[in-house]
Amino acid sequence: MTNILKRAKENLRTIRTAGKLGWAMESNWTDPFLFAIYSIVRPLASSLILVVMYYVVTRGKTGMDLFAYIYVGNAFFMYVINVLFGVSWVIHEDRDHYQMIRYIYISPIRMYYYLFGRGIAKMVLTTVAVIITMAFGMLVLKIPVNLLAINYPLLLFSVAAGIFIITCLGILLAGVSMVTAHHSYALTEGMAGLFYLACGAIYPIDILPVWLQYLSKALPLTYWLELVRRSILGKSLSPTLSGYSDFQLILIMAATTLILALFSHWVYRSIEYIARKYGKIDQLTSY
Amino acid sequence: MKIDLKTNIKAIIARSYVRIVAANREPSWWFTETLLPILSTAAYVYVYKALNAPEEYTGFVILGGTMSAYWIHVLWSMAAQFYWEKEIGNLELYMIAPISRMSILLGMASGGMFLATTRAVFIFLVGSLIFKVDFAIISLPKLFAVFVLTLVGLYGLGMLFSSLFMLYGREAWHGVTLLQEPVHLMSGFFFPVRNLGFAVALGASLIPMTLGLDAMRQLAFKTGAKSGFISADVEIAALVGLCVLFLVVSKYALEYMEKLGKKEGRLTLRWQ
Repeated sequence: MTNILKRAKENLRTIRTAGKLGWAMESNWTDPFLFAIYSIVRPLASSLILVVMYYVVTRGKTGMDLFAYIYVGNAFFMYVINVLFGVSWVIHEDRDHYQMIRYIYISPIRMYYYLFGRGIAKMVLTTVAVIITMAFGMLVLKIPVNLLAINYPLLLFSVAAGIFIITCLGILLAGVSMVTAHHSYALTEGMAGLFYLACGAIYPIDILPVWLQYLSKALPLTYWLELVRRSILGKSLSPTLSGYSDFQLILIMAATTLILALFSHWVYRSIEYIARKYGKIDQLTSY
Repeated sequence: MKIDLKTNIKAIIARSYVRIVAANREPSWWFTETLLPILSTAAYVYVYKALNAPEEYTGFVILGGTMSAYWIHVLWSMAAQFYWEKEIGNLELYMIAPISRMSILLGMASGGMFLATTRAVFIFLVGSLIFKVDFAIISLPKLFAVFVLTLVGLYGLGMLFSSLFMLYGREAWHGVTLLQEPVHLMSGFFFPVRNLGFAVALGASLIPMTLGLDAMRQLAFKTGAKSGFISADVEIAALVGLCVLFLVVSKYALEYMEKLGKKEGRLTLRWQ
């Protein structure tokens, strides 16, 4: 028991220290004002691309349910892009850029918790970006969100579960990054693209071809986004997913997340071993 | 310092060679640069499908996704590459060698263009086939001219951005990061740029991709001209102007920033 507590304390310390390091690396390149602008412009631009696409086709009819569906899904999908990148890119940053990975490995910490801690800064920044994007949507674009009608317990639970799912995916990609070159930022970007396509982030999954819907249903992020939308908008637009109650969705999400977590752990450990065995753990690939 | 043409051509080939060899030595690259990028483009196609948009919008997205391969390449493998070179200590070697900085950048561009073109061709072919895009080419020579001019203009802009890294580190890197989605928005990668209004579209035309994409849509789709910003011929002329402007300005910017970097001692500053 004492050992478990001691280990938990050590792991928490690793997460806290890595979180502080991640925050410093994210933010200390400029002054807070410029950093705030930088943190807001990119997510807003990404949402506005979809807003303009929507306006072009519907000639500005923002009252349609689909508009809110697209906007909310896209806003929360920022977690996928940023946290996935935040966790998996650590390998390249520490290996190629700062060339510190070997020192981290020989320090008395567990890499798993270090990676999680480094992702925390991105989580904080993304949470701010999501809040600003949602506020912009409600105030400027008149997205029909009633703040008093939001199911906050479900929203908080969903966001926490989503962060856990994305962290598992990030750790999986971090494992893959250990044996790939510098250009594997494209891997993270591409995987985010896969989830963007398949998880119904910006349209109901029913519009996808049937074979792709099978993939959608196997991914926990699909259920996560559905739960987030239900908690904020109070309804579902997907005929496939609307058949499930909130509780059923939570159960399916928990089951698929458990499989993902085990798979992610196995992939990470296996590839990490290969990287150490074949000396790829500190390779330099900045060509 | 005497800089001869032959040495510069060698430098271009050498820098380009590294990129092509690197691609061949990393098989994972084929997966990340071909199959994966089509996915996010496909997501935008499905947005239009969910909105019951006219069919040509699918083509607009595929064309935008294709050209975004070059934009991403210009940002990360051209503009930001000097950041990596500086961080790993190659930049000072480029400075010492009796070659022009533009030769190094040209080598990066030509080597990297091989990668970007693979990505772009894959998005274009697979996207067009899967989503059955209906092209109606109005003038192939003009379309080709627009494509080439857009690339020259973009790589000129990339060289200009890269000069920033002579002086700055992470500030410039984050600045480049900021140019991804906002430029996707302003240049109309996934919708005709005229929908942003004349003033915004005019401002965005400083980025060669804006005019290039708009002209390509006008020349490659039946209803492209209707949704065009200004006539394709005017856009071609403007693109020629932008190419000259960016190539000339980037040459002076590189020289100026290098001098400033040396003076302030920031040229070899790492991890700043």
